[in-house]
Amino acid sequence: MRIGVPKEIFAGERRVATTPEAAQQLQKLGFSVAIEAGAGEAAKLRDSEYEAAGVEVISSTESLWTSSDIILKVRAPEDHEIDLLKEGQMLISFMAPAQNPELLQKLADRKVTALAMETIPRLSRSQKMDALSSMANIGGYRAIVEAAQHFGRFFTGQITAAGKVPPAKVLVIGAGVAGLAAIGAARSMGAIVRAFDTRPEVKEQVESMDGEFLMLEFEEDGSGEGGYAKTMSQEFIDAEMALFAEQAKEVDIIVTTALIPGKPAPELITEDMVKSMREGSVIVDLAAAMGGNCKLVEKDKVVVKHGVNLIGYTDLPSRLPTQASQLYATNLRHLLSDMTPEKDGQVIVDFEDEVVRGATVVKEGEITFPPPPPKLSAAPAKKPEPAPIEVVEPKEPSKLKPWIPFIVGALALWGLGSVAPASFMSHFTVFVLACFVGYMVIWNVSPSLHTPLMSVTNAISSIIIIGALLQISSPDGWVIFLAGIAVLITSVNIVGGFAVTQRMLDMFRK
Amino acid sequence: MSQGLINVAYIGATILFILALGGLSKQETARRGNLFGMIGMALALLATVIGLVTSNYVLLIIALLVGGTVGLMLAKKVEMTQMPELVAILHSLVGLAAVMVGYANFLSHAIEFTGVEKTIHDIETYIGILIGAMTFSGSVVAYLKLSGKWGGKPLLLPARHWLNLGLLILAIYFGVQFVEQAAQGGGLFPLVAMTFIALLFGIHMVAAIGGADMPVVVSMLNSYSGWAAAALGFMLSNDLLIVVGALVGSSGAILSYIMCRAMNRNFISVIAGGFGSGTPSKSSGPATEIEGEVTPINVDEVADLVSTAKEVMIIPGYGMAVAQAQHMVSDITKTLRKKGVNVRFGIHPVAGRMPGHMNVLLAEAKVPYDIVFEMDEINEDFPDVDVSIVIGANDIVNPAAQEVPDSPIAGMPVLEPWHGKTTIVLKRGMATGYAGVENPLFYKDNTRMLFGDAKESLESLFKLVS
Repeated sequence: MRIGVPKEIFAGERRVATTPEAAQQLQKLGFSVAIEAGAGEAAKLRDSEYEAAGVEVISSTESLWTSSDIILKVRAPEDHEIDLLKEGQMLISFMAPAQNPELLQKLADRKVTALAMETIPRLSRSQKMDALSSMANIGGYRAIVEAAQHFGRFFTGQITAAGKVPPAKVLVIGAGVAGLAAIGAARSMGAIVRAFDTRPEVKEQVESMDGEFLMLEFEEDGSGEGGYAKTMSQEFIDAEMALFAEQAKEVDIIVTTALIPGKPAPELITEDMVKSMREGSVIVDLAAAMGGNCKLVEKDKVVVKHGVNLIGYTDLPSRLPTQASQLYATNLRHLLSDMTPEKDGQVIVDFEDEVVRGATVVKEGEITFPPPPPKLSAAPAKKPEPAPIEVVEPKEPSKLKPWIPFIVGALALWGLGSVAPASFMSHFTVFVLACFVGYMVIWNVSPSLHTPLMSVTNAISSIIIIGALLQISSPDGWVIFLAGIAVLITSVNIVGGFAVTQRMLDMFRK
Repeated sequence: MSQGLINVAYIGATILFILALGGLSKQETARRGNLFGMIGMALALLATVIGLVTSNYVLLIIALLVGGTVGLMLAKKVEMTQMPELVAILHSLVGLAAVMVGYANFLSHAIEFTGVEKTIHDIETYIGILIGAMTFSGSVVAYLKLSGKWGGKPLLLPARHWLNLGLLILAIYFGVQFVEQAAQGGGLFPLVAMTFIALLFGIHMVAAIGGADMPVVVSMLNSYSGWAAAALGFMLSNDLLIVVGALVGSSGAILSYIMCRAMNRNFISVIAGGFGSGTPSKSSGPATEIEGEVTPINVDEVADLVSTAKEVMIIPGYGMAVAQAQHMVSDITKTLRKKGVNVRFGIHPVAGRMPGHMNVLLAEAKVPYDIVFEMDEINEDFPDVDVSIVIGANDIVNPAAQEVPDSPIAGMPVLEPWHGKTTIVLKRGMATGYAGVENPLFYKDNTRMLFGDAKESLESLFKLVS
């Protein structure tokens, strides 16, 4: 089948849905790939690079759309693009299907199959196709870069000959993928980073990025289905807002990333909080597209209100177009490679595959959104309360049991003592005591020295040589012969055992 | 030299031997312990030669010199990867010597006993030879198996338990015959017959045990060689032999116990042979389908991972010994540690073919022993580990031991690299380990497989990180 990648026409969009590298991989799956001339230009990818990777460069938009079986895009198609679609074609792009029912209807009318990258379920298997995460990662990083540009000071603290520079304090609200990326970027620039999230389980992740997790003295878990957050209770929100108000006075930069799927962004930073911030502070609102976590922020603009820079860009991933295109193209490639199990260039829309089922919003002219709820979440669902432990009457342990070995041993010894002569018993005493000494000593041996232990015990067990020596002076020729052989082989053992032990122990050094 | 002085020398030797074993509790004192052992042995030999040997000095000295030279050469020449074989063959010599001393004593009639003492003495002789012969043939088979001259697969004869029982009954029958005939001055025939039975028993016992159970077998044979010495000590009324035999015997027994516990195996079932209850490799019960897919990785990516990691854990297994990769591992460790990566080693008690095998190999490759840790010390640290590298190990890192209750290895303590961020498994292919159990570790999301020969992979990794 033939894959076509048109040029993005959305204003300011610099990304492209495939890179020369990804296109090569797609060809390995059996596809032929075509791209519209100039599609990669904004992402610094030249047509010649695509050509070198075996991609056909087509200058006419229309012929690209009509000649392809699969269209890969970044942004959802515009109306005139939809008109170019024909029956049986497949379209894969971001579509925001929950917000765009009309778009789905239009696509269904064209009798195409459409896969929305947003609706790929968050399974561990589908992480490699999760374009939302890879874009959020870039967005979080870029948010810090934007903040740094508008912030008039260093991020890192320094003590210089010209005076002391205090480190910047950054507050990241929402520790999803974007939040974590922002934490990492700010930390590596040297800022003090604090983070807040309604889901207490992300504390570890925040700390793993070297951020400080702000705890709320409040018992409520904000983990929703599929690893996303859910709306919280009023009491919780009040406590949370108090925390933000307090932090706003202290910090220099606030990055908000709080989004709840399919709902307008919650307002977290009020006008009063903005007023309380220092002159020259920065707020980057990653939720600006969905109404913003701060209502003062204006979508797609940088404005200064109450002395605070408010950044409301909604195209942050597109501001790192090369990187974003590369990650997005890889996500698409993984999705397509899962859909072409035979690697023969024939895509199969298999509804048994949970990932494909989740992503497919229109199948052959029929709207299939929303998909049935996914079976499992990437983060393990909260464990159900442990079932009440059944009270089992503990069995009365037999009082006799631990004594049985002693009783048997005592009886055996009594039996032995009653028949054995005194000379035997004295040797037997030595034997039993030696066993106990051995038991006590050997348990202390370090496990790493078990091999030397074996070779040294092997050497000393050749003490049997004494037995041979006692008999070597016998008048009987056979006895001398046997004893001589025994001396020979035990001396092999004695010298060999000690020498090899020494050799091994010499190797054990710090 | 008076008997009193000889006894004093023996007591001194006994104390030195105990100190020798005690010294092995720590690396710092281990070398001194070995020295004590040598002094103890020299003392005992000297006292015996001066005090009790009255003739045949030439033969004695020649035997000592020849034997000593051979032993020294063996010790100098042996590769550290072949330690298990060497230990096994040395055990066989102890067993053989015990048989010879037993026969010599039976033939010499130096001291005449009467009545009960005679009976006890005969039984002691009989048992000494029995254990000695078993140790001898068992060790020879163990040596052949370890050196690959005898296949690692357990030999499972159809009625092997009955065969063992039959041999035991025969041994007891000949024992009774021997005591009766020895009372009249004869008894050579039952003794020889028993020796053959014991040899057969030793062969069969070790042949029925599979490759990965070798640590248990080697330590068990170690124990037997001790008991043989103790039995001879009784026979000769020599306390030094009894004490040393008991020390060695209990040492080997404890090692066997530790090894069995590390594999969650019953000692009896190891000795009886085969895995579990004689149905090796077929995991029964509901199909334990493993979800997920294997993610391969190439050396470049591994190099990136380990050089950006803070905590790296290396888990070596028998495969590292087979590929002779320990020196490469050591070089990589040194390079990474110089770059500030905290590289450590996690050793499972039964990794390799004998107790402590991995430690010896790493020590040979000059890996400092204070970064080599035991399973129990290190298992809790895995959540902080960025990259775990599993080299030629399988069953000892199998999460099925904890997660699949009906798995043949269920309950066996294992290293838990899957709690770390990434696990890299170096492996030739997807074959199962000795236990024949699929390893779900390979299918985990944070596991990457680096296929190929361990040594070659590590060599190219070394080039990339240095």
